[in-house]
Amino acid sequence: MTAMTAQPRAARPPEPRAAAIRTEDLRKTYKSSRGDVEAVRGIDLDIPQGEFFGLLGPNGAGKSTTIGMLTTLVYPTGGRAWVAGHDVTREPVAVKRRIGVVTQNNTLDMQLTVAENLEFRSRFFGLSKGVAATRAAQLIDAFGLGDRKNAMADQLSGGQARRLMIARSLVHQPDVLFLDEPTAGLDPQTRVNLWDILKVLHAQGQTILLTTHYMEEAEALCDRIAVVDHGKILAEGSLDELLADAGAETVVTVRYEEPVPDGLAERAGLAGRPGITKVEADGDQLRVFSGDPEGLLGELVEIGAANGLHIRDAAQAKPSLETAFLALTGREYRE
Amino acid sequence: MATTTQPAGIGAASGDGVQVASSIAQLVTDAPVPHPTLPKTFGAMMAREFRVLGRNAPSTFIRAVMQPLLFAFVFAYVLPKIGSGFGSAGAGAGKTGVTFSTILVPGLMGSMFLMQGMFGTTMPLVMEFSWQRTIEDRALAPVPIRVLAIQKITAGAIQAFIGAAIVFPVVYWVHAPGQGPHVDVTNWLLLAVVMVFASTLTASMGLWLGTVVDPRKMQMVFAVVLLPLTMLGCVYYPWSALHVIRWLQILVLLNPMVYMTEGLRAALTPSLGHMPLWAILLALVGGTAVFGYLGVRTFRNRVVN
Repeated sequence: MTAMTAQPRAARPPEPRAAAIRTEDLRKTYKSSRGDVEAVRGIDLDIPQGEFFGLLGPNGAGKSTTIGMLTTLVYPTGGRAWVAGHDVTREPVAVKRRIGVVTQNNTLDMQLTVAENLEFRSRFFGLSKGVAATRAAQLIDAFGLGDRKNAMADQLSGGQARRLMIARSLVHQPDVLFLDEPTAGLDPQTRVNLWDILKVLHAQGQTILLTTHYMEEAEALCDRIAVVDHGKILAEGSLDELLADAGAETVVTVRYEEPVPDGLAERAGLAGRPGITKVEADGDQLRVFSGDPEGLLGELVEIGAANGLHIRDAAQAKPSLETAFLALTGREYRE
Repeated sequence: MATTTQPAGIGAASGDGVQVASSIAQLVTDAPVPHPTLPKTFGAMMAREFRVLGRNAPSTFIRAVMQPLLFAFVFAYVLPKIGSGFGSAGAGAGKTGVTFSTILVPGLMGSMFLMQGMFGTTMPLVMEFSWQRTIEDRALAPVPIRVLAIQKITAGAIQAFIGAAIVFPVVYWVHAPGQGPHVDVTNWLLLAVVMVFASTLTASMGLWLGTVVDPRKMQMVFAVVLLPLTMLGCVYYPWSALHVIRWLQILVLLNPMVYMTEGLRAALTPSLGHMPLWAILLALVGGTAVFGYLGVRTFRNRVVN
């Protein structure tokens, strides 16, 4: 795995810089009677102000735990983290003043109306009653919730609730906005609408940390992406860097009816073919990474036939985050 | 369904896009700069509680009034009417001409403290810690988590105070002729201290229970904790009357409610006898401190993983 961050970490001074988010070897282990669970196993992040940063990984990769630690609701068991220049464990109140958080679960105050959710959140952050009401009205208009403003929060649709949560996270002009799986469970149209909102916020210079398990969401929104799995960052960089680093070639996968015999790829001389960088046999599958996939699929069919294997299905994936993930982890991406 | 109707701007992908973009952009650039302080945030949280209480006023009121109303009706009206000797015999006070409603007022108030304080604190907590964890909304407010816990206790205590105060008018109005309570407050300060600490004690117990008990077992906790506390909380008789069952008299000293009812007897009906004042105050103040400490700690541990 190539580390893509420019600086060697050990050379850094211990004091936090003016980064929006910075972590050093951040860890979280949940103790339980059935053994400890290492949810986050040493994550280093350095996210400058104004960046739209994505943590991409399958469910259970440790993304939410990481966001939880950065937003002071999960206590780290190792390492350190600073948000907006403040230590998350030593100065949690200072951190909370400067962040907006949209959690994955719907944490709207169900006992209040849409407008009250915004008003009271504003007042929690010290705005006067009058200013809070004005601010709530503006947010309601901008986020298209005008005809729902007196509805109770538990009567909103999934998309409306998510919009209200984003609006609510913005009442106090946060330095950093955290969004944990903001479009999970939403229909495609609503998801694209939310993307538009996030793009506008980003264009205004809002620093955003987003977690997602949707590859296309990370591709569509983020300046930089960290691919996370099993509590660790596997690779980090812009989309182009990630693709280049993962050797993001086209991946041709052929699945046979029978298990792939040992040494098949070597016997067929696949590794010597121009453009091929990696060949993996995995049960009944043969996976070939190549920068020049022209005719490769046909060749794999022939190799199979020559060795008495029958093709069940075949697939060819163009370079994308998905193929990058495959190259990094050796596994299919599980959403 | 509403996901498909996109009101005012957001939805219409390209046409209104520019307008939406500028209105949202403006929200970021023109935002008022907040200056949160602890009192402002605490005050806003209390304002939120009162907004919710106000909205639920009818159901809150009914919940608060039903119990004393029925108690007063049965014990101060029905039983005296049918000539049951229950009141005087049970309380051991009838011979001196004291009505049962006089005995009942402090007891009923004690049980209201417990019911309202626990309901007012525990039930919202159970909701807020359930699978959506809406508690995270308040937990992200710019104050330490313990302040949020203290705010929860305060809100619960206010409900308990109001719930107990409702007992007075109810018992004064609902009784058979000649069966009204005779309350004689000579020390208003004592009454205030007892009522305030009884409220905070029950709210603290409610916070602690609401954070240590698995929500799925809450029903059982009410049966195992709340019911024995109220039934054995010296509601229907003063603590001193229990001397005939010595083991029970000692056992109920573990029940915080005993000190609430006895404290109220000391304040409302001092001539009828009560537990020593120092014991009452020590239990109420000390209990508030202990359960408050425990509750704040477990609350913090539940909120921050």
